[in-house]
Amino acid sequence: MSDNHNHIVDNSLAGKVKEHTGVLAARCYQCGKCSAGCPVSEDMDYPPSLIMRMLQTGDPKDEELVLRSKSIWYCLTCEMCIARCPMEVDIPPMMDYLRSESIKQNKANPASKNIISFHKAFLDSIKQTGRLYELGLTLDFKVRSMKLMQDMSIVPTMLAKNKLNFLPELIKNRRNIKQIFQKTIDKKEETK
Amino acid sequence: MKLGFYPGCSLEGMSREYSDSVVALAKRFDIELVQIPDWNCCGATAAHNLNKELSLSLPARNLALAEKEGFTDVVVPCAACYSRFSTTHHELMHNHDLRHKINEVMEMEYKGTINTLNVIQFIDKYIIDKIEEKIVNKFNYKAACYYGCLLVRPNKVLEFDRTEDPQTMDVVMRKIGADSIDWAFKTECCGAGLSVSATNTVARLSGKIVDDAEHRGAEVIIVACPMCHSNLDMRRSEINKYLGKKVTTPILYITQALGLAVGISEKELGFNRHFVPVNLPKKAETVQKEEVKTQKVEVE
Amino acid sequence: MARIGVFVCHCGENISATVDCGKVAQVTSDIPGVVVSVDYKYMCSDPGQTMIKEYIEKEKLTGVVVAACSPRMHEPTFRRACGEAGLNPFLCEMANVREHCSWVHDKNDVTTDKAIDIVRTLVEKVKRNEPLMPIKVPVTKTALVIGGGVAGIQSALDIANCGHKVIMVEKDPSIGGHMSQLSETFPTLDCSQCILTPRMVEVAQHPNITLYTYAEVESLDGFIGNFKVKIRKKAKSLDEKLCTGCGLCCTKCPVKNIPSEFDQGLSNRRAIYVPFPQAVPNKPVIDKEHCTYYIKGKCKVCEIVCPTKAIRFDQEDEIIEVEVGALVLATGFDIKRANFFPEYGYGKYKDVIDGLQFERIASASGPTLGEIRRPSDGQIPKKIVFLACAGSRDPAKGIEYCSKICCMYTAKHAILYKHKVHDGTAYIFYMDIRAAGKNYDEFTRRAIEEDGAKYIRGRVSRIYERDGKLIVVGADTLMNAKTVEIEADMVVLATAGIASPGAEELAQKLHVSYDQHKFFAEAHPKLKPVETNTAGIFLAGACQNVKDIPESVAQASGAAVKVCGLFSNDELTRDPSVAVVNRTAPPLFSTCVGCFLCQSVCPYQAIEKEEIKSRDGKILKTIAFINPSVCQGCGTCVALCRSKSIDILGYTHKQVYAEVDALLNTL
Repeated sequence: MSDNHNHIVDNSLAGKVKEHTGVLAARCYQCGKCSAGCPVSEDMDYPPSLIMRMLQTGDPKDEELVLRSKSIWYCLTCEMCIARCPMEVDIPPMMDYLRSESIKQNKANPASKNIISFHKAFLDSIKQTGRLYELGLTLDFKVRSMKLMQDMSIVPTMLAKNKLNFLPELIKNRRNIKQIFQKTIDKKEETK
Repeated sequence: MKLGFYPGCSLEGMSREYSDSVVALAKRFDIELVQIPDWNCCGATAAHNLNKELSLSLPARNLALAEKEGFTDVVVPCAACYSRFSTTHHELMHNHDLRHKINEVMEMEYKGTINTLNVIQFIDKYIIDKIEEKIVNKFNYKAACYYGCLLVRPNKVLEFDRTEDPQTMDVVMRKIGADSIDWAFKTECCGAGLSVSATNTVARLSGKIVDDAEHRGAEVIIVACPMCHSNLDMRRSEINKYLGKKVTTPILYITQALGLAVGISEKELGFNRHFVPVNLPKKAETVQKEEVKTQKVEVE
Repeated sequence: MARIGVFVCHCGENISATVDCGKVAQVTSDIPGVVVSVDYKYMCSDPGQTMIKEYIEKEKLTGVVVAACSPRMHEPTFRRACGEAGLNPFLCEMANVREHCSWVHDKNDVTTDKAIDIVRTLVEKVKRNEPLMPIKVPVTKTALVIGGGVAGIQSALDIANCGHKVIMVEKDPSIGGHMSQLSETFPTLDCSQCILTPRMVEVAQHPNITLYTYAEVESLDGFIGNFKVKIRKKAKSLDEKLCTGCGLCCTKCPVKNIPSEFDQGLSNRRAIYVPFPQAVPNKPVIDKEHCTYYIKGKCKVCEIVCPTKAIRFDQEDEIIEVEVGALVLATGFDIKRANFFPEYGYGKYKDVIDGLQFERIASASGPTLGEIRRPSDGQIPKKIVFLACAGSRDPAKGIEYCSKICCMYTAKHAILYKHKVHDGTAYIFYMDIRAAGKNYDEFTRRAIEEDGAKYIRGRVSRIYERDGKLIVVGADTLMNAKTVEIEADMVVLATAGIASPGAEELAQKLHVSYDQHKFFAEAHPKLKPVETNTAGIFLAGACQNVKDIPESVAQASGAAVKVCGLFSNDELTRDPSVAVVNRTAPPLFSTCVGCFLCQSVCPYQAIEKEEIKSRDGKILKTIAFINPSVCQGCGTCVALCRSKSIDILGYTHKQVYAEVDALLNTL
């Protein structure tokens, strides 16, 4: 694979994807194999190959749709797309980048609120204790999503089968974890 | 002998039976699995979905801690944690600047000497050659080996087995007498981390998997990932609702299957924690030194 | 006294855009020995060449330096012009100020200075050039055609019809190649064998063609016009003169379970077999690897029943040696099989087949007598799915190129299927439709409009089997990449075309270049499609690149005319830039000490031993002698010779050191 396109100046979203992940949208020739194999293609508003197409056009309107899509949040990062892609377009890291951009630019799709809430609740739990506290995560998620009755049927069974810890597990060096969070996801954005 | 061990949050909590079975199985083969001291959550799906550097720093901390303890092989039974560890190792080893950055973030140095083993690699390296003489109950059931996504993909990073129709788990299962079947959903995603936030999707994806295995006569589905187990087992009522029928095929961790074969009790293996009862018919006779036929399969 | 003419070309703007040609001409006119120094816009043009010729005559030039493009472009042009003006062509040299200077630098003084330096070095060289005469070698007017497919057949017939002898070597028991396996050909839907077999018979019966089947090239020696080829005639275990082709032996052979190569594994053949009924020659061979007699020493049923006692179990491979003047490579291609695709089942599904297998099924002389039936259970498929681009245009699988013929034959397959299964449905998953030939696009439209083939633009992610059906999971990218799942009865993969097995080995035997995909390399992708970089060896057909029948035939005729062109002379002239071992006066005779290290490194086996004898026959000294007919002027021996006894004419040590000195003096 040649890498002699460094002379191209590209300020579009596709250009930023290339810069941050190395994925070149132009390599995709729209065969659709990724969309065909994607397990959640039918849950997405735009299947993966269509997301790719919208990056290829360079049209700011399409870029908006990408960042505001449900697709990027439904993506399971199951890596099926890259396993089958004939042009080896590495979609999973691209999706990761689009997700973080979507949050950064405040464009996350409202329909995906629950998925994002779950992730945020998960990370909150780790930030506090260093390891996931499932009960805490569940409560946090319910508060964020207002899905108070969800999964109520299985909670008793889980408790009975000793699958839920009542108390969180605290690691010793929680300070290290908090620092990691501060230097990465909680870092105040420098004005570029 | 002692090996490094990273249980991860699932094995400590919801999937405790997986941890119990891994540790019990290891003990039967005189291996002590020593947890990386003060290990932290690897970040799972949430971290890489929201922030790249966080998603690399959390696993890297564990790798650095493992190095400090003097481990080389670290057993990571959760496939998602295994994926995060392997990806982190791969990215840090291929990108000098990134490695410096992450070392700086976590205030530790990772030198790249850790060899992460998923549960099948652990079995292949330390157990499989010695298992024949310890088998007391042949596991002669029809088993559908379910690999899921993260054990075999992305191939360029993991370099483990082949991405289509993988065989490593099947080979292990055949060694303990199972009839490991050919089926169509070996590596199709179960719905992963959307279990809580998009349960309908999980019901559909996991439903298709369970349905195909049952259709082809599988008596049990073998997994090597706590998230897969959870989706296929704990979410069975949603699956049944989606399929419009009741499927009773139990889900077993590969270490539970091996544990059964070498005579570890169902209680010790944590069967009572499953949502779908493990009612395997008593076919297995106590066997002494019988030749276990293994099928020769080419793994590309 | 040297009288050198320097001619600086602008090459339009190619040189003058970055080099000040006028200044170059002006500065070089001051070099001692240069009597003429001019610049002009297009030296290679008619007026440019005329100008050179006029100066040669007017100024009585003893040498010419043309400062222009690469000698690989126009050295012959300018040397011919000098020759026409009466100056020995080898007193003309080119100074490459284009590829070596103007094209690789920006416009400034340093670039012009560099151009001046380049010209200066060539001037110093030319002052020391000697006139040389081309070497003449005789030409053997027999051609060797390797490969008996449609390209090889066409080439052989063309050359033979021009009155020259042809030897054809084919490794299979019959000629015909892949074209003989096809059912019908696009875009006319001609029956493939019907149009091919008359040609096959013509080859077998042509007085000028000697056909060796079940034979391969063992080794090649020599050079253009004078090749020596060893051919291995594999033992057929048959006396061909006695065999009448009655076929009785084949019907009686007890070994019945060998997958037929001709039928692509869809049927079985015997250990003694004729590959197909229309084979040329229509005589069987015994497959030694599967014959009971060769394995266990028992049976010999064929020998017993043969009415003319033609079976010869004691027959060995025979190596024959032939002398030819030119070779045509027509070894064809192969295709990837279903087992190449992990996501389509690794070849374990019997009803997922490749394009050639479908041809055999559709063929009237095939395993199903032309009825479209599933290999697994013989049922007629009501839903058939064709996958175009299976493996091609797929860098992840290592095949980044397009296999060119699949779009057309997939449309053809769909049409043939619909002609035979009226109530069936054909789906075609495609990425593009490449139908660029004459009447090709109309043909694909016919498949869509008249025969109802359902084209879906998208690729298939995976195929798996369930309850006897093949579940094909693809996408329709023209419908926003919607998932399309089809329960098919049969799947045909239009698999990638690849180099034929053994291509690399053959290329290495013949010293022919090939690319990373083992296709043979043409000498120039645009202007020399039928020649290789090895003089005297030409290319025809799919061995150079996957192509269809009209192109193969056209290329084959092209190769044939190159061969005939070669044969139209009784003698070939060779470049005189060959290596020569020096000779001096007695008693030294030569500075060569007779170590013969040169002989061991010469890649062309051009170096012999020469005995220098006194008048009464006593051997005084044995030195190296380089055969000017064989030497290719590579210079390996020159570099190696420790006593510096070897020079290449036109590139002597004196000349090269003069160039180096000239460069150093300017630094």
